[in-house]
Amino acid sequence: MSKEYETVIGLEVHVELATKTKIFCGCSTAFGGAPNTHTCPVCTGMPGSLPVLNRQVVEYAAAVGIATNCTINRFCRFDRKNYFYPDNPQNYQISQLYLPICENGGVSIETPDGGKKTVGIHEIHMEEDAGKLVHDEWGEASLVDFNRSGVPLIEIVSEPDMRSAEEVIAYLEKLRLIIQYLGASDCKLNEGSMRADVNLSVREKGSSEFGTRTETKNLNSFKAIARAIANERERQIDIIESGGKVVQETRRWDDAKEYSYPMRSKEDAQDYRYFPEPDLVPVIISDEWFDEIKSKQPELRDEKMVRYKEQYNLPDYDIDIITANKRLADIFEETVKLGSNPKKVSNWLMVETMYLLKEKGLEPDLVSFSPVNLAKLIKLAEDRVINGNVAKEVFEKIFDEDIDPEEYVKENGLMSVNDEGELRGVIEKIIAANPKSVEDINSGKLKAMGFLVGQTMKEMKGKADPASVNKILKELLGI
Amino acid sequence: MANVISDETIEYVGILAKLELSDAEKEQAKKDMGSMLDYIDKLGELDTSDVEPMSHVFPVNNVFREDVVVNGDDSANILSNAPEEKDGSFVVPKTFD
Repeated sequence: MSKEYETVIGLEVHVELATKTKIFCGCSTAFGGAPNTHTCPVCTGMPGSLPVLNRQVVEYAAAVGIATNCTINRFCRFDRKNYFYPDNPQNYQISQLYLPICENGGVSIETPDGGKKTVGIHEIHMEEDAGKLVHDEWGEASLVDFNRSGVPLIEIVSEPDMRSAEEVIAYLEKLRLIIQYLGASDCKLNEGSMRADVNLSVREKGSSEFGTRTETKNLNSFKAIARAIANERERQIDIIESGGKVVQETRRWDDAKEYSYPMRSKEDAQDYRYFPEPDLVPVIISDEWFDEIKSKQPELRDEKMVRYKEQYNLPDYDIDIITANKRLADIFEETVKLGSNPKKVSNWLMVETMYLLKEKGLEPDLVSFSPVNLAKLIKLAEDRVINGNVAKEVFEKIFDEDIDPEEYVKENGLMSVNDEGELRGVIEKIIAANPKSVEDINSGKLKAMGFLVGQTMKEMKGKADPASVNKILKELLGI
Repeated sequence: MANVISDETIEYVGILAKLELSDAEKEQAKKDMGSMLDYIDKLGELDTSDVEPMSHVFPVNNVFREDVVVNGDDSANILSNAPEEKDGSFVVPKTFD
């Protein structure tokens, strides 16, 4: 390749909002119901049915807009986007084109070289999701389930400000954390509650003109996004280098085969003939309503990171892990509020909790133990009622079943033996039984100490207090 | 008639609307669309520079529902509208997502 190329990327991100009901009717948005059990005349597009807007959708959309530094349009309305597709029962999608609820925002991301840049947000609009098409394996037909039809979405349209897959992923991570902190969506790429379409073009480095872009859909993981971006960049450069022209089109990514193909044939004209939705009245967000939405905004991750440093003096590494998930951050704060040492709470969360999550293949959102039990465990370990190994064992019980550690330790007799007399007796026996180790220690090989401590622990069934064991051992050996 | 609809336009509108028109129907449709556009063009004769674009016929805004589930499983009723049904779903021609 003789010339150097720059990749220019903009994203359209669809996020399913965490409302209980659909955007225009009182059907449940619960995931996984039997086909068409969450449907009604409105979300199946029956003639004569009328949509009524879910207030919560406006509040979530505005909250995301405020958190991403957008201007909130105090007067907005819906438009009809007309197209035929079997998953779209009305033959139009109710969306926003002319007056979207949020415009002109942006979020700051970290670039691969450690710098910072802002990715602009052109607009955020509210719209409805389509139904789901399933292919009938037994016949020459497809089956439609309208349970998802009418589930509220926001579409976040970025400016073409990203230049690499790393920046795209940093931007998506940023959006995901903001939206999860707001509680507006769980943002799961693999379950489709967050979907990203990638608009990509290439141009010669230094050029200020944009090349012709394509849109790539069906990207269900960060890995798929990275692969699709690398693939599409190469494909476009190949076309340009061989003297061809990139065609503006929508492509579908096949992650298993690692290639994309055009989605729509040329005969399918893309002309949506938008017009104002006559069945819905405009939305006016008064100052009062705006202030109310704003006052409900929780502390977001960036603010939390600064505060954790100032208030708890935690290392950046800890802060990064704990605040990467709102659930963990909540448990951290509640446990600290109960009087536990912040660094100790942090250790339990980022070491043991992360380890158990990985071991059990769970997402941090599923952590369900109560801060009270973690606080009690930390206290038990601090007071040396139990030793470190026992504490880990008890923590796993807390993680799995949220047991009360005080009761559990008592019931299972896990208290450390701190009784000097009892320990001394055992250690004397161990020393007598291991003359070789004693000899080693006396000749300076202090490593042998560890062996004697281990033997003592074994004899005590793991319940000895290591500090006491060490102290007595040293005393008896005269070191 | 000031507005003349071309054959290409009527072909294109037919594709968008998924309608197959006979030649006679096409001619009729061209004439009808032309006169509709003439009628709309009348608005252009007025000075509307000070008029706010109308978004809705009635001066009503902020009609909302609260986020409460009120609909139960009505699938039997909904599916009775399906020309063909299978496994609780609407059957449509084979479509690639």
